Amino acid sequence: MYTVDYSKPQDARAAQVEDADRLAAFDARVAADDFIEPKDWMPEAYRKTLIRQISQHAHSEVVGMLPEGNWLTRAPSLRRKAILLAKIQDEGGHGLYLYSAAETLGVTREELIEALHSGRAKYSTIFNYPTLTWADIGAIGWLVDGAAIMNQVALQRTSYGPYARAMVRICKEESFHQRQGYEALMVLANGTHAQRRMAQDALNRWWWPSLMMFGPPDDNSPNSAQSIRWRIKRETNDELRQRFIDATVPQAEALGLSIPDPALKWNEATQHYDCGQIDWEEFYAVVRGEGATAKDRIQARIDAWEKNAWVREAALAHAAKRSTKQAA
Amino acid sequence: MSNVTPIWEVFVRAKNGLSHRHVGSVHAADARGAVEAARDVYTRRAEGVSLWVVPSSTIIASDPGEAAALFAPAEDKIYRHPTFYVVPDNVKHI
Ligand SMILES: [Fe+2]
Ligand SMILES: [Fe+2]
Repeated sequence: MYTVDYSKPQDARAAQVEDADRLAAFDARVAADDFIEPKDWMPEAYRKTLIRQISQHAHSEVVGMLPEGNWLTRAPSLRRKAILLAKIQDEGGHGLYLYSAAETLGVTREELIEALHSGRAKYSTIFNYPTLTWADIGAIGWLVDGAAIMNQVALQRTSYGPYARAMVRICKEESFHQRQGYEALMVLANGTHAQRRMAQDALNRWWWPSLMMFGPPDDNSPNSAQSIRWRIKRETNDELRQRFIDATVPQAEALGLSIPDPALKWNEATQHYDCGQIDWEEFYAVVRGEGATAKDRIQARIDAWEKNAWVREAALAHAAKRSTKQAA
Repeated sequence: MSNVTPIWEVFVRAKNGLSHRHVGSVHAADARGAVEAARDVYTRRAEGVSLWVVPSSTIIASDPGEAAALFAPAEDKIYRHPTFYVVPDNVKHI
């Protein structure tokens, strides 16, 4: 998921030196589903974890524009192009809402961007896969945005006010993303033999990476318990993943496409789908940024930042000149 | 001149008759750039008819640590609320 924590568990030393009374009051407020606002006292570990989680989410939105941008000039019709452009612009907006939320925790935009460019900050592994055909754009909207929605809906009730409010805005915009992707795939699935094959091929390649978006299984997710106590994670990785599978399998059936998992079947006893094993070795390789696409993604971000530096500088110079003129 | 682009808080009036409401922030070199950025970031779906942008550094906020001192005195002045006063049931329109 965009917000899966890929780092090692934090040590608790920072928290120990903090005022025990304030900590108890904070814990009680969070446990009572009260919201924490920017100027409120908060444990240092909570602040740090939030900065990491929110900025990772922001980076994912922004890096996520790249695989889709790859198809903008080759969209099959003007209608599809306008839709894709609007969707990508939304993702840029999501990144900005989230950077803005992270900045309320006392970190600057420049620091956040530097952390992404230097490789210290992570983003969702899903964007390290290439978009090979137009059907991939449909699969991303349907599966990748669909998986993101599962997590983001839960985070609308997260304990940090600015983060929760950003999530509410984002959720309002996401369902268009998922529906336009599904509709694009539906056209292909009902099209020629070759179009149908293209749609199936996209599902084959995006299915497993989409399941991996929810992060490692619960028994191997070291920071989950603390994050759930802090209400910055509202449901476990496996719960969200299962909900996504249960919602998505019938959608694939409606398209007449088959999910590339021979072990997938409805379990009458649990009232859920059982599925096959996820290849976590692949997941960790992608987290580590191995592979050519990961390098391309970061290079594209660095290029955008550096090549546009003159615009930021010129705008600041212009503003400074105007304000001196006004003062004179 | 600083080379850091300043932050502006953004307020949107959803429609006439409602007040402007805080929605988030943007970065921009000047006020005009901030209005343009706020338009792109916060009103892509007709969310508003008017925007305010205010340099974040100019906002003075009350200290949450003093919230008790600031707001608590209001709590024991329950006679400021109409329900404090007992009026017989047969007396209407009051
Ligand atoms: Fe998004
Ligand atoms: Fe999206």
